[in-house]
Formats: sequence, C-alpha cells, structure tokens
Amino acid sequence: MKPEDLLFTKTHEWVHLTTNPTGETIATVGISAFALEALTDLVFIELPPVGRRVEAGGAFGEIESVKAVSDLYSPVNGEVVEVNTAVADRLDRIAEDPYGANWLVKIKVAGDVDRSTLLSYDEYQKQCAEESH
Amino acid sequence: MHCTPLYDWHVAHGARMVDFAGWSMPLQYTSIIEEHHATRNACAITDISHMGRIRFEGPGAEEFLAGLLTRRMRDLRLGQVRYSLVTNDQGGILDDVLVGYYHNEYGQPFYVVVVNASNREKIVRWIDAHLPREVAEAPGREVIWTDVTRLWAMFAIQGPRSYDLLQSLVDADLEWMRYYNGAQVRILHPAARRQGGIISRTGYTGEDGFELSVGASIAVDVWNAIVELGKPLGLVPTGIGARDTLRLEAGMPLYGHELDEHIDPFQAGLGFACYLEGVDFPGRDALRKLRDQPPKAVRVGLELVGRRVARQGAAVFAGEQRIGEVTSGTFSPTLQKSIAMAYLAPTWATPGTEVSVDVRGRREPAMVAPLPFYRRNVKGKSQ
Repeated sequence: MKPEDLLFTKTHEWVHLTTNPTGETIATVGISAFALEALTDLVFIELPPVGRRVEAGGAFGEIESVKAVSDLYSPVNGEVVEVNTAVADRLDRIAEDPYGANWLVKIKVAGDVDRSTLLSYDEYQKQCAEESH
Repeated sequence: MHCTPLYDWHVAHGARMVDFAGWSMPLQYTSIIEEHHATRNACAITDISHMGRIRFEGPGAEEFLAGLLTRRMRDLRLGQVRYSLVTNDQGGILDDVLVGYYHNEYGQPFYVVVVNASNREKIVRWIDAHLPREVAEAPGREVIWTDVTRLWAMFAIQGPRSYDLLQSLVDADLEWMRYYNGAQVRILHPAARRQGGIISRTGYTGEDGFELSVGASIAVDVWNAIVELGKPLGLVPTGIGARDTLRLEAGMPLYGHELDEHIDPFQAGLGFACYLEGVDFPGRDALRKLRDQPPKAVRVGLELVGRRVARQGAAVFAGEQRIGEVTSGTFSPTLQKSIAMAYLAPTWATPGTEVSVDVRGRREPAMVAPLPFYRRNVKGKSQ
C-alpha cells in the first residue's frame, strides 16, 4: 500500500478502509513510518486478541522501545477480526515495510467512520514536520 | 541549554539530541541496541563532557576533600581514582563522584572530582559553603579549586578494543594502568597540538575502557582522530541511550534514579564507599547510626518474566503487599530480558524471591536478581 492512499490518526496510526463482499467495512491498521523512525529499538508489541471490541481513540495495544512505551490507538469503533501476530517476531525490521506486510490489526467497523478525526497523508506529513521541530 | 564542544559534530553525524540535565546531548546516532552491542563487542566513544569536573590543588586540598567526601583521602596513591559519595548531614546522598589524584610533569599534585551533570551546581554550592575564606586561605594549608567543566572535554572510550585503540595515542603504558587508575599524559597525536590530557581506566559500562579529558579547544580534533584510528577496530560513536542500558546491565546506580538525598549509602549498597572511622565529614555521625540499623529498603535487581519494561516509579508487590518501587528499567540488549533496579523492603530482597511489578496497571511477574546483571569475562592482568 502506498502511504498516499491511507488515512492517519494524530497519534501516528495509519488506517486503510475497504468493503468486503458482504458489505462490511474493514479497517486495516498499522503504525506510521514516522512513528517507527522516532521510536527505534523496538523490543515488545502487544496486540489484542481476535474478538476484542475497540473504540475510536481507545488503546488497542502497546508498543515498547528500549527508551519508552506508547499506546496504540484505534482509528475506528468495531471488533478485531484479524491480528498480524508475525510482527512480534520481526520488530527490528517492522520499519522496512510499515504499510504492507507489517499491518497490525484488521477491525470490522461498527457504524460509520468519523473521518473528521483522521488526516490525509498530506495533512499527516504536515503534522510530522511540526513535531520534528 | 549547555552544549559540549562536540555539539556540531553530533548534529552533523545524525545524532538525535536530547536535554540531559540541562545539556544538549546525543541520545543515539543510529540505534541504542546497535551502539550497546558495539560497546560490548568492540569499542565505542561517548561524549561525556557534560559531567561536572572540579579541580582542587594546594597543600590543604587533601584535608579539605577528606572533610567533604565519604572516602579516605590520606591513602590515595598518585594515579589512583576512587569512587566516593557526598552526603548531607542526615547521611542522604548528595552525589556520587570519582576522585582522581594526579600530578603534573613538575610533581605538583592535584585532585579532580567528577560529579554528575545534574548535581554540578548543587555540589559547587556545597563546596563553597564548606570552604570559607579562612579555610581556603589558611597559611600553609591553602586550597584552590576550579570548576573546569567547560574548559575540558571528556570522552568515554569503552569496550574490549579500547586498549588497542588508545595505547598509540598517549605516552603512558596503558597495559600497566590498572582499573581505577589514571595519569596526566601527553597526547601523541598531532590533533592534540602537543597538549596534555588526563586518562583513567574507568567507565560506566561494565566493560574495560578509559575516560579521557582534553582541553575544549582540541576536543573536536582529538575526537575525530580517535574516530579515525578506531574505524578498523569497529569503533562507533554512542549516545547516552546506550550509556544507560550499559550501566543498568552493569548494575551501576544513576543519580536521580537509584540515588537521591533521601537514600543513604547502606540502602544503595554503597556502604563500601563510607569510611566512618577517620576524618569527620558532613553526615558521618548520621551514617554511623544508619550503619547499625536495618535499612528500610535496599537496592536490588529485578528480572521480569515477560518483555514489558518496568520503568521508574513502577510499584513492586509481593502478593497484594506493596514492597517497593522501581528506580530504573530497560530491555537488556545483552541478556534479551526486561531488567530493572528497585528498592525493596529487606525481607523481600533475597535473589530468587518472586515478586510482581505494576507495569502501567497490569501485574508482571518478576524475580529478584543479583547485581550486576552482566559481568564481563575478565582476562589478563589489567583487571
């Protein structure tokens, strides 16, 4: 996936929305390249089990580096339907493909997605540039 | 914000700069884990010019320092370095320091006291308060002191290849320089422009290594010379991120974490650094009493079962009973384990005791572990 096609949270998660054959909206969620670059030295990730209900803006997991720990926040309301457990075994290489193989969870969206809380790639880039100062 | 003479070098080499005790210092250049492993396996150079350094000379210097520090000064041999504490009247720790006793080419002795960056101003005030004019100028027992922090840069060169790297750079025989010894030396590289420096076999990593002080005006050139000489040996520059993971594995306390004014040396496991039978110093009488009482809490190591990291402030439990608090924690790159240091009630401080740590609202099982977590393989006579 190209980052230009994704939406981002202010807390550095990315989300890709698709509609499955039965008409449900599935949100694939990961962590941005900017956040991974800032964290470095990842040592631990905790992801939720399949079936966990999540809320937009609520924590669904945590990611820990040598120097700090951060919560992972869900961009949408819904239920976790798939978890990419393989990323835990390649944390040192997750930054090589943050928008593809290293997605974190897929969430079946409940209700509508509140797009006003999400940023386009350009908006997100702008936020990152401000944070870098 | 204070900057060391190496500030521009750090920025130009991609360092992530952070505020550390009022100094802009490199946290890391590449990755903390890579920099950590380079120190354990080859060698690393770290800018530690933020460390406070105070020089004492004059015929009264020994007596003055003996009356300020917790260690004996009388038996300090020339070229020896000694770990010591500065305590307040209650026996609480104001700082932990290294005292080096050197002499210049003309036989004039001097002491260098290395203090924590975060405590420099406090210790300078403490010295000032304990060195009134009539003491500093007592005929035949004069004391002259200088805060040389901004005048001298200081580099830590640590790791098993440090000796191979530095021997050609100085005129002292480093093979015979034992751990916790040092010397004023000539730096033989042209980058030093015939200036001298002080080198000691000391460090904060648990590896063999040296600390080198040079004048601020030649700091960048000497640093660059060491970086060039070190390349074939695998030398990398490392930041204070790796310095922290290395010292934690080595079980070394850090002021503001394991040490503060409300912790006494016996709790911290630093009773060896208190000589209570000789010269009086602030806190000596309090320490004599504390020595004979069981401590409220003692410093221990913790190894967590899982990979989550218990950081400063995390509460430690035995069952439902709160028994202490974590002071530092990290994920150990060498041991591949989540490790921490904590103060626990003595009943629970025996290695092997099973406890749990509240990590962000969830209990993580842990075991009390002996310190240090990591001990290098000691070989040869230099250790």
